Amino acid sequence: MGESSEVKVVGAWTSPFVMRPRIALNIKNVNYSFVEENLAKKSELLLKSNPVYKKVPVLIHGDKPICESLVIVEYIDEAWSSGPSILPSDPYDRATAHFWATYINEKWPPAAQAIGLAKGEEAKKAAVESARAILAVMEGGFKQCSKGKAFFGGDRIGYVDIAFGSFLAWIRAREIVLDCKLLEPAHTPELVKWEVRFRQDPAVVGVMTDTDKLVEFAWSIIDKIRNVPTHLPK
Amino acid sequence: MAESSEVKLLGTWWSPFAMRSRIALNIKHVNYAFVDENLLSKSELLLKSNSVHKKIPVLIHGDKPVCESLIIVQYIDDVWTSDPSILPSDPYDRATALFWAAYLDEKWFPALKGILFGQGEDAKKALVDQAVEALVLVEEAFGKCSKGKPFFGGDQIGYVDIAFGCFLAMIRVTEKFNDIKLLDQAKTPELVKWAERFCQHPAVNGVMPETEELAEYAEIAIVKMRDANPPKS
Repeated sequence: MGESSEVKVVGAWTSPFVMRPRIALNIKNVNYSFVEENLAKKSELLLKSNPVYKKVPVLIHGDKPICESLVIVEYIDEAWSSGPSILPSDPYDRATAHFWATYINEKWPPAAQAIGLAKGEEAKKAAVESARAILAVMEGGFKQCSKGKAFFGGDRIGYVDIAFGSFLAWIRAREIVLDCKLLEPAHTPELVKWEVRFRQDPAVVGVMTDTDKLVEFAWSIIDKIRNVPTHLPK
Repeated sequence: MAESSEVKLLGTWWSPFAMRSRIALNIKHVNYAFVDENLLSKSELLLKSNSVHKKIPVLIHGDKPVCESLIIVQYIDDVWTSDPSILPSDPYDRATALFWAAYLDEKWFPALKGILFGQGEDAKKALVDQAVEALVLVEEAFGKCSKGKPFFGGDQIGYVDIAFGCFLAMIRVTEKFNDIKLLDQAKTPELVKWAERFCQHPAVNGVMPETEELAEYAEIAIVKMRDANPPKS
């Protein structure tokens, strides 16, 4: 597929995974059109492009669909090889980047969800502790990958920055909605400083989901489940 | 790390995930020392090399550890660049290979594990249906990836062949213990033929456990698991 063929990203604004291909395309300066899905009523395009999982994001390059957010990011890195690299070229650094992206991708979502699902204060406290423990391990990952530089990817944002950074909006939204502390300077100082830098990166600024909007969205779901409108949009 | 530095693989003879690394090293004709770990008493080396997960396989190249079976396979392909390649060079074909390997690990393997180690007939039946349905998808994927050639990787075994083929002995044991067919001539004829070719490949046949030996080991493991988790009445 030529670098110049049409590019579409099929996604939803609430999905952290959708942010990943968008950041990657921005890094490569690739123009694309964004198709906002209604996940409660999935389009023919989505169901046809991702028949196995029926999930967002999907990248459609020309007429070829690519699924699974981290697979899409790697594809973008290879298909637009003239832009800045997203994955390192050194095989060991590459394996390290894959390791940490896989780690946060597999561990974080269930741990984060468990906080909201926990019944009672004790269970919630335990779930928050488990989630914070994962972030503490990630702090170690940051030190290993960054080697003293600004990002997991070094001087510029890379694969692990994208994999983990895409979760930041939901992390901050959860802290507000569920009244807990996940990412804080006393516990993971390097990650807190990295978050500020990541959010300011030009490839990220236009696509980072607004925390307040996510909070509103989260409350609307909780209210639906409880069947009581306890929170109204501002 | 230079191609010529010492290579060690920490694994077990029965682990399909360790098998992936071994097949990849064999494809590249890399000499390595295999360390057969006792997972009930993990070595210092394992705990130090994979401090995050404490799991096998771990590839130790020179003094650098690489963890996670599919990441290890990619690393081997990146370091030992001689032919044959394990991953396709075309970005779209590569993305397709990565997609199916991830599918096998996330959707298919948990179902297989659940059938082999699970308890409760109804739950198992549901998992069998799930696993067979998944294999029909994998059969379709084989058609697309192989493009008429003998393997997912084409003329040579590649990433998806390794990702899936490592489970073949475990599939046979599961079929035997539960009197079922997962790789079914009627539903997945191409995969049945592919499985035979895969097992005979020189990079594979030295590291695929014998079905009988694996069955004996699995029986003990199943009993241990049942004793630890008796079914709730």
